[in-house]
Amino acid sequence: MSARELHLVGRLGGRGVLFPATQVRRVVDIADIVPVPHAAPAVRGLAALRSRVVTVIDSWRVLDLPSPPPGRHRAVTTAVDGHVYAVLVDDLEDAEPVEVVPLPPGTALGESWAAIATGSAVRDGEPLLAIDLARLIARVG
Amino acid sequence: MDELLQEFIAETRESLEAIAGEVVAWEADPADRARLDAIFRFVHTVKGSCGFLDLPRVGRLAHAAEDALAAVRAGERVPDPALVNAVLAIVDRIGAIVAAIDAGAALEALGEEALIAALDPAYQGEKGIVPAQPATIQRGQSRSIRLSVDLLDRMMNGVSEMVLVRNELAHRLAESGDQAFEGALDRLSHTVAELQDAVTRTRMQTVDALFSALPRVVRDTAAELGKQVTLTIDGGDVELDREMIELLRDPLVHMVRNALDHGIETPAERRAAGKRDIGRLAVSAHQSGNRIIVEIADDGRGVDTERLVAGIVSRDPMRDAELRALSPQQRLELMFEAGVSSRDIATATSGRGVGMDVVRTNVEQIGGSIALLNRPGQGLTVSIEVPLTLAILSAVVVEGGGQTFALPRQAVHEIVATAAGATRIDRIGDGRIVTIRDRRLPLIALDEVLGLPVRDPALLAVLEVPGGSYALGVDTVIDTEEVVVKPASPAVMRAGVYAGMTLPDSGHPMLLLDAAGLAEVAGLRFSRIDRVEEEAPPAAVEEAGIEALLFEDIDGRRRAIPLAAISRIEPLPAASVHQAAGQHWLSSGGAPVRLVSAVALRAPADGWSALRLPEELGGAAYPVREPIDIVRLPTDIAPAAAPLAGVALIEGEAIELIDPLALGAMPAAPRLCLLHGAEAGWMEIFLKPAIEAAGYRVVRQLAPGEMAEVALAMDGEEEAGVETGRLLRLGRTPADPLYRYDRAAVVAALEEAA
Repeated sequence: MSARELHLVGRLGGRGVLFPATQVRRVVDIADIVPVPHAAPAVRGLAALRSRVVTVIDSWRVLDLPSPPPGRHRAVTTAVDGHVYAVLVDDLEDAEPVEVVPLPPGTALGESWAAIATGSAVRDGEPLLAIDLARLIARVG
Repeated sequence: MDELLQEFIAETRESLEAIAGEVVAWEADPADRARLDAIFRFVHTVKGSCGFLDLPRVGRLAHAAEDALAAVRAGERVPDPALVNAVLAIVDRIGAIVAAIDAGAALEALGEEALIAALDPAYQGEKGIVPAQPATIQRGQSRSIRLSVDLLDRMMNGVSEMVLVRNELAHRLAESGDQAFEGALDRLSHTVAELQDAVTRTRMQTVDALFSALPRVVRDTAAELGKQVTLTIDGGDVELDREMIELLRDPLVHMVRNALDHGIETPAERRAAGKRDIGRLAVSAHQSGNRIIVEIADDGRGVDTERLVAGIVSRDPMRDAELRALSPQQRLELMFEAGVSSRDIATATSGRGVGMDVVRTNVEQIGGSIALLNRPGQGLTVSIEVPLTLAILSAVVVEGGGQTFALPRQAVHEIVATAAGATRIDRIGDGRIVTIRDRRLPLIALDEVLGLPVRDPALLAVLEVPGGSYALGVDTVIDTEEVVVKPASPAVMRAGVYAGMTLPDSGHPMLLLDAAGLAEVAGLRFSRIDRVEEEAPPAAVEEAGIEALLFEDIDGRRRAIPLAAISRIEPLPAASVHQAAGQHWLSSGGAPVRLVSAVALRAPADGWSALRLPEELGGAAYPVREPIDIVRLPTDIAPAAAPLAGVALIEGEAIELIDPLALGAMPAAPRLCLLHGAEAGWMEIFLKPAIEAAGYRVVRQLAPGEMAEVALAMDGEEEAGVETGRLLRLGRTPADPLYRYDRAAVVAALEEAA
């Protein structure tokens, strides 16, 4: 039996998602974003979190979903190769231990989702997709 | 030099403290090899530093002790108590002299000859009597301590945090309207600012700390080798992380010694090669993007790669076939192979110590790289590139397209207002040229390059990049400030126009622009100019300004072409031109001659002429409306995209100068390159100019019946429906065979595919 591991439960593009707690540094609200012109569209910009500058990732763009308008958004921060990224999400609910299992055979996630998903878990009858944050960031282009 | 001396004193004092225990242990057991090695390292280091610092007394002592210990290490001598005593006496004396230097006191050189003589195995002096430690020397108060960089980092983070808290506090107080704390807050602000300044500076040092030792190294090495060399040093005020400076010290000295030993020839050899007697060595530091580049350029004989290969083969004949198959650049890279002795590279004098493989490893360990530019017979340029992980930069804060950006102050030559009337902006092709006081520069607008809302630029920043200058149009210049540059994430760096990011006191992140990256993204091409030659005295002034033919081109513009590139001018009757295979051809009796032009060709009108290019340039014909005059070109030619060699000011008019080589090289019909898949837009932005420069026409969609010679697609993308001769796949990481940001590799692959 694989162990239940702590995950953050959230929503992204209206879908239930899970982020492994080991990848998440903090949960933050991000409002002021300085754009980075000429960068990939999924780079929403830069934001200051205390004395640290983070790269803000437009997760909806990464997943080919319509981006919500600018404003205050919730995000999880994660570090990849020494750089800190804030990955925007619709919302974050809770942290709880869940058991992530491989997706049911034949599940068609679509290319973008499939590239970042590691498996799924069911909570209160709702299937949640486990997301690898490093892979999400690698998709920024 | 003072700084170096201080460092030497601190270091020696520290080592003395550290080896005090070793000394005692060695005395107890002279056969203990580990102790012996520790003491040997100490005297060896001291000896080395004394060479730089001009401390002959200490140097002589250390040298003598080193020789004696080397004999013990080599097993030529048995360490007896007399030797141990003599070495210890020297170590003590070094300590005493160093303390005296530090205290600024003089120490009599009394008995130093005796100390050295005592090392001699045949020494018959009073054994066991060690000259007493001079107790009269006041130990100078040490003015420096060593700190771990981690601790400095923690302090830095703490201070940054404090700045933000101060800002928040100021904001809240302003909102509340309470004046009571204003004075206290001002004092706090002032203190925090000073603290921030002090802490950031703790980690930084100017490259001067690295360069200041070089004149001496060059002088001594040149004298040893009987060569004459002038050294020019440039960019010593570039600031670099302290740690980085330390790590660069040895590789730099090694490269400089190599240049003198293997690169620069003796005066007689130089005369024979038609060069000035005195060799030139240029060491410079400059910032490019988020990297600091240290260049060591000599005007010596360069590297004889044949000889390099022959040297390796003579020791390892098995590798013959492998090495013969290498390209010249790959052969040059053999210099970095472990075990390749400098003797394979040329003569040998300073071949002692570390090899190039060690230098490269050291540089790579700090995230840097090392590149060689070899011009056989003319010199070698070694570029050591290191990241600017944490650097303070004086920056000019500009606004363009409604956003503020920082520009490295070092790259900004001047700032000119367009309204002042001192500038003139002309459209030239699709680009723009600005004339500032008779200097013509390509002009690009910051907002336009970045895809931001475009306004007419109010100010022009003249930026210097390797190989040339250009003007960058911005809306306003806000101020200059010292910023701490932090590396930006790969997602941001991929934009190609940023050098890093910074968090000013405002708390809003700001992007640091990369002047060279902006020029590249905007399509400006500068050829890399040899820095050494650039600094050469203008000996050949009278040769400047080649002759060119000024003519009216078929689009009505006046252009010029070097006279040497024209074999003759002949009339071009309209009837002699016909179209075939998508080309215009001129039949002039013999075989048809291809027409080439910098602009779109069309059927000629009567009265046109043809400039016939020589056979070496493809023997093509360039149609013109009218040849005008023979003019002498100015030396100052602003760069422009092929097939233009540049833009020159002739009789007050900006004239495009045709590059005959680019015309000759133009393919008969541009080959077609298809950008395929979801990333086609990205490729268009990043690769299109390079692909076009490689002689392709770039499309994202094939017209019916068309077939692309080459298609580009990202790794893992499907290739269904691609009608192509060859498919090149671009990878997303540098580890992939064809990394998509490695423009040079992509171009090379395209050329190979052709």
